[in-house]
Amino acid sequence: MIQLKINNIELSVPEKTTILNAARMNNINIPTLCYYPDLGLQSDCRICVVEIDGQKGLATSCSTKVREGMVVKTNSPRVLNARKTITELILSNHDANCTACPKNLKCELQSLANKLGIDQNRFEPVLRVKPIDTSNPSLIRNPNRCIKCGRCIDVCKNVQGMNVLELMGRGHDAEITPAYGRFLSDESCTYCGQCASVCPVGAIIENDETDRVWKQLHDKDKTTIVQVAPAVRVSLGEALGLPIGSIVTGKLVTALKLLGFHYVFDTDFTADLTIIEEGHELLHRVTNNGVLPMITSCCPGWINYAEQRYPSILSHISTCKSPQQMFGALAKTYFTKIIQKEPKDVIVVSIMPCTAKKYEAKRDEMKSDGIHQDVDIVLTTRELSKMLDQMGVDFAKLDETPFDNPFGITTGAAAIFGATGGVMEAALRTVYEVVNHQPLESIELTEVRGLDGIKETSVELGGNVYRFAVAHSLSNAKTLVDQVSNGTSPYTFIEIMCCPGGCIGGGGQPYGTIQKTRRDRIEATYLLDQSMPLRKSHESPAVKEIYRAFLGEPLGELSHKLLHTHYHSRQHT
Amino acid sequence: MDLTQLLAQYPHEENRLIDLLLDIQKQKNNHFISEQEIQMVAKHIGVSEAKVCSVISFYTLLSFHPRGRYVIQICRDIPCHINHSASIVGTLEQLLGIQMGQTTQNGLFSLEYSSCLGHCDAPPSMRIDGRTYVHLTPDKVKAIISEYRGRTP
Repeated sequence: MIQLKINNIELSVPEKTTILNAARMNNINIPTLCYYPDLGLQSDCRICVVEIDGQKGLATSCSTKVREGMVVKTNSPRVLNARKTITELILSNHDANCTACPKNLKCELQSLANKLGIDQNRFEPVLRVKPIDTSNPSLIRNPNRCIKCGRCIDVCKNVQGMNVLELMGRGHDAEITPAYGRFLSDESCTYCGQCASVCPVGAIIENDETDRVWKQLHDKDKTTIVQVAPAVRVSLGEALGLPIGSIVTGKLVTALKLLGFHYVFDTDFTADLTIIEEGHELLHRVTNNGVLPMITSCCPGWINYAEQRYPSILSHISTCKSPQQMFGALAKTYFTKIIQKEPKDVIVVSIMPCTAKKYEAKRDEMKSDGIHQDVDIVLTTRELSKMLDQMGVDFAKLDETPFDNPFGITTGAAAIFGATGGVMEAALRTVYEVVNHQPLESIELTEVRGLDGIKETSVELGGNVYRFAVAHSLSNAKTLVDQVSNGTSPYTFIEIMCCPGGCIGGGGQPYGTIQKTRRDRIEATYLLDQSMPLRKSHESPAVKEIYRAFLGEPLGELSHKLLHTHYHSRQHT
Repeated sequence: MDLTQLLAQYPHEENRLIDLLLDIQKQKNNHFISEQEIQMVAKHIGVSEAKVCSVISFYTLLSFHPRGRYVIQICRDIPCHINHSASIVGTLEQLLGIQMGQTTQNGLFSLEYSSCLGHCDAPPSMRIDGRTYVHLTPDKVKAIISEYRGRTP
């Protein structure tokens, strides 16, 4: 242990602790801007500077380790003045029209300026206005708000292994952009939105479509349907003042009804359906010498990655549409018939933890009638929380309402789709039973749970042992995909989720997601599974009913038409 | 030497990126790195194109855009500035008939600023084609330029 003094308080902290963490462990708050707990150290912004006795210059506390006998001041006049000056300089090169920014009141720079008591800026504005990147349906990049903290570069490069964004130029001309200063749509961006989830300001944000939803909700000629992804019910609460990991399914349904949606359905229903279709596809591939390993297709960030970077392995990806798109296809065919409406008069909105889902919904092949998109508008968890704020709902006090039918009865297998390993576990619960005619010894496949980057398990099916693997975040996915690409993959089935932790850590989830948040949301996910009366997709009465009343059989003609899709190479260079 | 041959001489290591980029530029009379070259370098080194662009954008020695046969870089740091580098810039602009950041029509000269050239003891300074000139005066600049004009490129 190291003994040191911060602000005259004697502290004892483990070796190699940074001054910042030593202070925080002892309830001394040092403000930061570029620092983000899970990302690499940067000491870029210099907001966290402190004064160390015997040292001439101020030191960045995020990157300076404690030393024996160190005497640190985190709030001396010199420190406070430096922080204020740095913040003013950042603000002078920032589009600080806060009320015209979607991050208003959620912005770390704004909050810092407020805490430092900046009520005017001594420096003249020097911002040179640059074009805003609105090239894609998922993310908006506004360089005029960027403060060059580098978090987006770090997450894109080190978590996702993509490195789409980089710092270009130097000094006052520096800008964070894709290669050649191009737009995100010109580069191999997967639209995962991890950059948006760590951006401290409003420089990278999801394409906000809340106004479009409000408009549809108030259009008397439209029937509005909403579907909610598995991961949203364990994260939305955080954005509305409840503790992290709160399960808010019932309140969420009530809130969506209050917003005015005619039908509130559960994407978990099509998650169960995905398991039936994907499970049968896997068995078909195994028994018919098909392309193996098969890889999951639920995650649009992963699909974008594969289409752009690994076109040679596209035949390995399950042809199943994602649960979002299966839902859209059924809503605009089966359900419109039930309610006797035309697809043009029905609006399907999804609430997703994801920014890439916005892109997926707009894909050309996602039109069951050939004209209208199956899913019209995708909102992230953050956008939904914004709509609820706008409506003035006291979310915590809402009653609980069940989902509407016919897409409301679901199983625990669908509930765990949101956590990394969940799709694999759900699939094996069903596939094992279909093949071996007896249930898994333990329904909970703990080997594929948790936050290890790559997880694997093996399961006996029909007398043969098969290996299965799970990866989350694209840098981990790359390891498994490289094996597939060079023919050395030992697995039969692989689950890939683009975001760290799976969808519960998606790019559209409430701000402030760190490893602890992911863990809490995952814990809530498995609690939810445990609490469900049905925990295997093939036991879902709603799934049985849709095959009986509409689809016929898994992998049948109608399934093929509505629930399956194809992929194409979109390699940029 | 074509690019493939040049790349073959470099290991797939990120720490050789700058050397490689400088080498590519040196092979070309117009001293720049094209998009196609960036793509090939990125692939060879095993980094993203954005990373290569970032490195090129950081160093004044490296350029995305075609430049003249002789690239004239004038130090814009403080010791040169207070020793009247502005008058050197003025003389060069007048002599060559171009502004800073431009290239002469005949493709012979480009004018750009550089960060410190390491000759703060002898300001103002500039660099042409890898050679540094110090203690500059307008007359000295005129002589240097006519000497370059006289060379057969």
